[in-house]
Amino acid sequence: MSQTSTIDDVPVRATSARHVRRKSNRVRGTLPVLVLFLPPALLVFTVFVILPMGEAAWYSFYNWNGYGLPTEWIGTKNYEIIFRNGAFRQALINNGLIIAVSILIQIPLALWIATMVTHRIKGAVAFRLLFFLPYVLADVAAGMIWRFVYDGQFGLVAGIFNAFGMNAPFWLADKQVAFYAVLGVIVWKYFGFHMMLFVAGLQGVDKSVLEAADIDGATGWQKFYRVTLPMLGSTVRLSVFFAVIGSLQLFDMIMPLTGGGPSNSTQTLVTFLYSFGVMRMQVGFGSAVGVVLFVICVVLAFSYKRIFMKND
Amino acid sequence: MNMHLGRLARHRFLIALSTAALFAGASAASAESVIKWLHLETNPDRLGTWQEIASAYEAEHPDVKIEFQFLENEAFKAKLPTLLQSSEAPSMFYTWGGGVLKAQSETGAIRDITEAMDADNGAWRNSIAKAAVDGLSIDGKVWAAPVQSGVVSFFYNKELFDQAGVDASTITTWDDFLAAVQKLKDAGITPIAGGGGDKWPIHFYWSYLAMRELGQDAFNAAKNGDGFTGEGFVKASQELIKLGELEPFQEGWLGATWPDTMATFADGRAAIILGFENTATPTIQKGAATDGVGLAQENIGRFPFPVIEGAPGLVTDDFGGLNGWVVTTNAPPETIDFLKYFTNQENMAKVAERNAVLPTTIGSDSGVKDPTMKAAAEQMAKATWHQNYLDQDLGPNVGRVVNDMSVELAAGQIAPEDALQQIEDAFSLEM
Repeated sequence: MSQTSTIDDVPVRATSARHVRRKSNRVRGTLPVLVLFLPPALLVFTVFVILPMGEAAWYSFYNWNGYGLPTEWIGTKNYEIIFRNGAFRQALINNGLIIAVSILIQIPLALWIATMVTHRIKGAVAFRLLFFLPYVLADVAAGMIWRFVYDGQFGLVAGIFNAFGMNAPFWLADKQVAFYAVLGVIVWKYFGFHMMLFVAGLQGVDKSVLEAADIDGATGWQKFYRVTLPMLGSTVRLSVFFAVIGSLQLFDMIMPLTGGGPSNSTQTLVTFLYSFGVMRMQVGFGSAVGVVLFVICVVLAFSYKRIFMKND
Repeated sequence: MNMHLGRLARHRFLIALSTAALFAGASAASAESVIKWLHLETNPDRLGTWQEIASAYEAEHPDVKIEFQFLENEAFKAKLPTLLQSSEAPSMFYTWGGGVLKAQSETGAIRDITEAMDADNGAWRNSIAKAAVDGLSIDGKVWAAPVQSGVVSFFYNKELFDQAGVDASTITTWDDFLAAVQKLKDAGITPIAGGGGDKWPIHFYWSYLAMRELGQDAFNAAKNGDGFTGEGFVKASQELIKLGELEPFQEGWLGATWPDTMATFADGRAAIILGFENTATPTIQKGAATDGVGLAQENIGRFPFPVIEGAPGLVTDDFGGLNGWVVTTNAPPETIDFLKYFTNQENMAKVAERNAVLPTTIGSDSGVKDPTMKAAAEQMAKATWHQNYLDQDLGPNVGRVVNDMSVELAAGQIAPEDALQQIEDAFSLEM
């Protein structure tokens, strides 16, 4: 009892004074840390992110092949060429298609499989691993593997068609079909990642709510649609966000698979940048594409976060 | 963006690295000269020969060390601009000449070797075929030491030609060629192996057709400013469309890389290929075919790209590559001396004998033993005009547009006028 009274008796002023002292101690404590740790990070960020971005914006107004310093100022001509370019439009459409397929096919598929592999069925962990494997594979390796799979002469597709006595198609060489073949690989490669997100999300769904729904006589679909899905909302939004950003970054897999061809039908924004900017030594033009891509990324990312993820 | 930021970031990084290297390397550099030899050769036989020559040179010059550096073809092209402008620049690197070499020569990053060529009354210059030295010279200055050249021509499978009843010796005009293609097709044989995925294999067709249609003078006038929208180019493009309409290529040709294409020919799955001078050599056939053997040399015939009736281009106007080694500005002076040694008759004869290349050093053709390579060498010796690959000659930008448009034309995806306009658009940016 007497102890409590002593604590209670501690004057308020003393406490606040100690607070102030502690606070100033903290400030004095963080300053050396700041001085010590901020500059390297800031330097790295400036040198590798801010400066190159500024440089790209600057180069984009020049006709420059990367040698010497850019001298030939051509104003916004690079940007005009970009927007007149059919391959760039195709790349934009393709990126849109990737996002659409991600949202309409890949994510529902991932969610469906995730609900299956979270049930206590036999071998659930093995299935999870199996579905996740393609995502672990390097993009370039996946691209090369699928180039062989799709080969109409020696590939798996050829084998299947020949087994039925049919002539094998060359999907990657067909302008109309090639991008759908690529989309197939994208879904195969990345749905495992989204599945894992959902598996994690599903583990956070409160079992008692589902039991309550059971008692109320909800069907399986109702339980999923009315209970599980709303509770997975933030995971779905995150998943879509990754799909959008992933689509804008897609490069490594396309290059070994199709190289953007035939007739630029499988270009994405980044492969377009690479084939028309880097490979052609059109550094100015490439920079302009980079700036456009950057603007698209920033606008999409921030508006998505603002609109859909503001409560997450 | 990522890609590009990555590149620029590397550029920054290189600067940072090189500053560090300046301090670290200052003391070590004086002890011996290191020649950094940047190449993109993946063939172990060729590398072996080079290594041997380099070792022999090192043995004679104990203070010189030769270091091999490798970059893959596309990576080489993409990285070179940044690399050349950093202190990590190689001492010497591979070139195809043309517009890329010209761009490099304008930056001060590479060395003019005219003086070395002309020293001792032009001993070095006179040891190399004049056309090769001229081919790597810009405005009278020599910018690279020539090593090899080549010519693109048609190779055909004699067995398949016999089956279809086509006599290759009667193919002298483009119309003859189209008729032969039709005949092969009627016999159920895939006429041509084409590499539409890599694109440049198809640019051989467009380039040759344009050369035949325009002739040397008009073609050079186009390159020097007249541009690519003239009537001759329209006609050449129409001829390529005509070929494409016969559907002469193997199935899936639009996705086929060059190795795929070579395999198609070497496996006997197509009768004709428009390929490099060494196509019929056993080494190349062995490497290309899926069975590891390929066509027997006596089963492969060869004919030059036919002429177009009534057009000024001659059958002796050659199209093909010319390669050399460029010395960078900051390379140790021994680099030039080494190149002089590398391109001497003895060494080049060795390269010619073992590696299925046609060296440009005079007298080294004694090393050319393969009959088909000899035939190519003879054709080149009689050439009335040697045009470098257009995707090199016109520079990387216009060149790639030419490649793209060649495939589009052959695939029937674009009208000649539109294709030429795209080439012209890219070309006008360069002028």
